[in-house]
Amino acid sequence: MTGTTTTTNANTPPLQLFVPRDSAALAVGADEVASALQAQAAAHGHTLVAGDATTAPTTDTLVRNGSRGLFWLEPLVEVATPAGRVAFGPVAVDDVPALWPALVAEAAGQASSHPLRQGLTEQIPYLAQQERLTFARIGITDPLSLADYTALGGWAGLRAALAAAPAAVVQTVTDSGLRGRGGAAFPAGIKWKTVAGAVADQKYVVCNADEGDSGTFADRMVMEGDPYMLIEGMAIAGLAVGATQGYVYIRSEYPDAVAVMAEAIARATAAGWLGDSLAGSGRAFHLEVRKAAGAYVCGEETAMLESIEGKRGIVRAKPPLPALSGLFGLPTVINNVLTFAAVPLILAKGGAFYRDFGVGRSHGTLPWQLAGNIARGGLVEKAFGLTLRSLVFDFGGGTRSGRPVKAIQVGGPLGAYVPAHQWDLPLDYEAYAAQGLVVGHGGLVVHDDSADMAQLARYAMEFCALESCGKCTPCRIGSTRGVEVLDRISANHNRAQQVILLRDLCDTMLHGSLCAMGGMTPYPVLSALNHYPEDFGLAAPERNAA
Amino acid sequence: MSQHPTPTDTPPALNPAQADQLQTLIDQHRDMPGGLLPLLHAVQGAIGHVPPAAVPAIAHGMGLSRAEVHGVITYYHFFRSAPAGRHVVQVCRAEACQACGGEALMAQAEQLLGCAAHSTRADGAVTLEPVYCLGLCASSPALQINDRLHARVTPQRLAQLVARLEGV
Repeated sequence: MTGTTTTTNANTPPLQLFVPRDSAALAVGADEVASALQAQAAAHGHTLVAGDATTAPTTDTLVRNGSRGLFWLEPLVEVATPAGRVAFGPVAVDDVPALWPALVAEAAGQASSHPLRQGLTEQIPYLAQQERLTFARIGITDPLSLADYTALGGWAGLRAALAAAPAAVVQTVTDSGLRGRGGAAFPAGIKWKTVAGAVADQKYVVCNADEGDSGTFADRMVMEGDPYMLIEGMAIAGLAVGATQGYVYIRSEYPDAVAVMAEAIARATAAGWLGDSLAGSGRAFHLEVRKAAGAYVCGEETAMLESIEGKRGIVRAKPPLPALSGLFGLPTVINNVLTFAAVPLILAKGGAFYRDFGVGRSHGTLPWQLAGNIARGGLVEKAFGLTLRSLVFDFGGGTRSGRPVKAIQVGGPLGAYVPAHQWDLPLDYEAYAAQGLVVGHGGLVVHDDSADMAQLARYAMEFCALESCGKCTPCRIGSTRGVEVLDRISANHNRAQQVILLRDLCDTMLHGSLCAMGGMTPYPVLSALNHYPEDFGLAAPERNAA
Repeated sequence: MSQHPTPTDTPPALNPAQADQLQTLIDQHRDMPGGLLPLLHAVQGAIGHVPPAAVPAIAHGMGLSRAEVHGVITYYHFFRSAPAGRHVVQVCRAEACQACGGEALMAQAEQLLGCAAHSTRADGAVTLEPVYCLGLCASSPALQINDRLHARVTPQRLAQLVARLEGV
């Protein structure tokens, strides 16, 4: 602490303020709000110094935390009070002068009546009703503070993994029921066991952080908001399967996530949590960020491997499985950010703890992402088994426009549009698959009744044509033909015949494509056609089917 | 997404400073496993784009053919073979932004900037591009101007942001 710091008088505890540094907060002015708070502090004889969240402040501090994921309230300014952190939001720069006395009063234990006051942060219903396992620390801590991470349970999973045999670590992950969170939902423990059993001089751990799906931002929030958790999860994977080198493949559209991860890796390495000897154990794990370059299809795992190898991101045929012949032809664990991020807690608390959340074969929690035309957009981590209706209406508050919800796209650009009669299905992998729907990465995009579903179907084909890697014909050619057919349907050129053609084309793409890019583009297209035929100029559906 | 020249165009040569810089970067990435993408990022970071004249040196340094390097540069949307405008405006066109008026925002940007999507204005002041998801889907519509993200962008806000761009 500098000697120039002005502390308040002896009876007043130091102020501890929080302004998020998550890019969704920055995009609505969090840095400007932080600067305005600094200026306001100076005008009142205070100096706000940078600090972390868990060290008791000895002087007035401003913590740049991650986001709580209540994005309609960002920038969300918090102040530490004797009762806990109190939130104000959404705060604009112009609000700061009037906010300052409220913050000072709150810090001294006097509740203010400021119109932006949201009460104790932890008691905001949107947050209080969640089951935050993966997101337990996010929004609370300074993402790059090792002290914060350690104070709130960090590294307990890695310590447990270092104390156990590799096979026992794999078994714990298997027992937890954790499935791949990138969308395919393959059991993580089984994948790890395959890699662990492969014999090779070098194996790899690769994190797929190419979060290109519209409506998803949970990976970004983890990387920007709790990067050490991802590092810890990947290091545990390395120990479990015998890999000493890892890569995090992050999309170029996420420069903040790239920067935070790179800095976190450097700090974790310096502190001995990565490198030649993890926590002094003599066992090595090295980690490196690789920045993607704007190709959506590189979110497909084999295209991602090609990209990390420095080539065009062209999908590989499987088999061989990447678990046996992955990066540079060697055995490779590939998981999504959220999969690795769930692992430290599983190791720290045991497989059964995680397994007890969820329903059926969908164990644990998923950080659902509420996006698009929604009043309270944000991140809701809940166990599997809740419904879309609960997420979109109870948490999300319906549309932002105030108009009726027309369709909810679940699972990204390759997920189906879910109509009203399916909003009460339990959100779990099997229940959704049984209805031809996908949970995917847990992203929800809400559209109101002004949405033109024929236009959105066309967009799905157009996006596939733009992003297809070109290796297989159904995807490369089918998507372009799909745009043309949809245009003819809209223009009513032989509409009935063109609809038959569209269904036939979708059938070919669905069954003949090499990967999900061409193989799942029919999901949004056909769901739009089946549930909203009137938007395609066809007769309205009979509404008796439930 | 810039216009990529065909290999038959004769690219303008690199200036000596650029050539030195390029060689330093190549030397830094030569032995890195899968080093081509990190190298291309570094070149674009230093020069602003990946000049076609840099391709032979990159290919030679990395032990690849020129066709392989050209193939990688042109495969990825992020890499530019020609300089961008002095400002780069990227408007998200993905579903979550479409649900909140993203398409209208793109049309407004084209009109305000006097520049069609996917192009650089003739005076070199600005490049306008679509982008497919900035990860701000709960605060849509979103766009990026140079290095700065903007979310919950209204038409009024876009007009303010454009008015602040120097030389546009």
